[in-house]
Amino acid sequence: MMQELSMNILDIAENSVRAGATLIEITVDEIPSKDLFTVTVADDGCGMTQEQLNNVIDPFYTTRTTRKVGLGVPFFKMAAELTGGNLTIQSAVGEGTVITACFIRSSIDRMPLGDINETICTLIQCNPKSDFVYTRRFDNDEMELDTREFRRILDGVELNDPTVSKFIRDFLAENTSDLLSGHEN
Amino acid sequence: MKTLAELQALRDEMKTKIGVRKDGEYRMRIVVGMATCGIAAGARPVLAACTKEVETRKLTDIVVAQTGCIGICQFEPVVEIFDADGNKTTYVHVTPEKIPKIFAQHVVNGNPVVEYTIGANAN
Repeated sequence: MMQELSMNILDIAENSVRAGATLIEITVDEIPSKDLFTVTVADDGCGMTQEQLNNVIDPFYTTRTTRKVGLGVPFFKMAAELTGGNLTIQSAVGEGTVITACFIRSSIDRMPLGDINETICTLIQCNPKSDFVYTRRFDNDEMELDTREFRRILDGVELNDPTVSKFIRDFLAENTSDLLSGHEN
Repeated sequence: MKTLAELQALRDEMKTKIGVRKDGEYRMRIVVGMATCGIAAGARPVLAACTKEVETRKLTDIVVAQTGCIGICQFEPVVEIFDADGNKTTYVHVTPEKIPKIFAQHVVNGNPVVEYTIGANAN
């Protein structure tokens, strides 16, 4: 069991990395007026067959050979359902996978989001060959980080260079606090 | 708010420095297990602690990377350190607090911290 949603998000996004995705889009969408909190992880990886899709919510199913359980998706599903929300998965072989988890924002059983910025930094740093688009929305405001834009500007300097990693961390911290300032949490 | 113009300035500054590292030229590779088992056990803050050490010590010849589940979930968080010759040291039950010692003793000075290794914790 994860202690915060951002850990689940890291875990789910790692599945996209393993699926060979070149682009992984992570969206955290908070709409207090509708009492909703939605997390989406979308990738253009190899996708799942119907059989894999049917089994992916089964904790005793995994494609790994190192162990016999696969708890990532079941954990995330449980976290959503505990709040009265749900988890849906769309996937097609060769096209990619979209996982959407809807939470009831005010539910006492909704785990805190936690350090989502550290999750994004970790993903970018460890997977310099993949691109990430991270969008954080709060009501009608949003902030975005698109590594494709970063890559274009960096012009050959690696995304996981320590100096760049630090910039990404500061970028996320500053722009998240700008987004959330003025909103009560 | 941070803007992409700042990133551009940073890039220009970096490009003037020689020795921007290239892939495959690392003295050591530090690999953190980042599957469900690792993440649930606390791998993310461990990786962040490694990144911080690399940044503050300006270790341009070290790379921090991730791997999936290597099958020893009960020992997570697991950190493996590979030297240039491919020799591997496996640290188990790693916490962010253990990272500065691993860096000072092993990564910088080449002496593994034996008490944190799997060999010393296998039972």
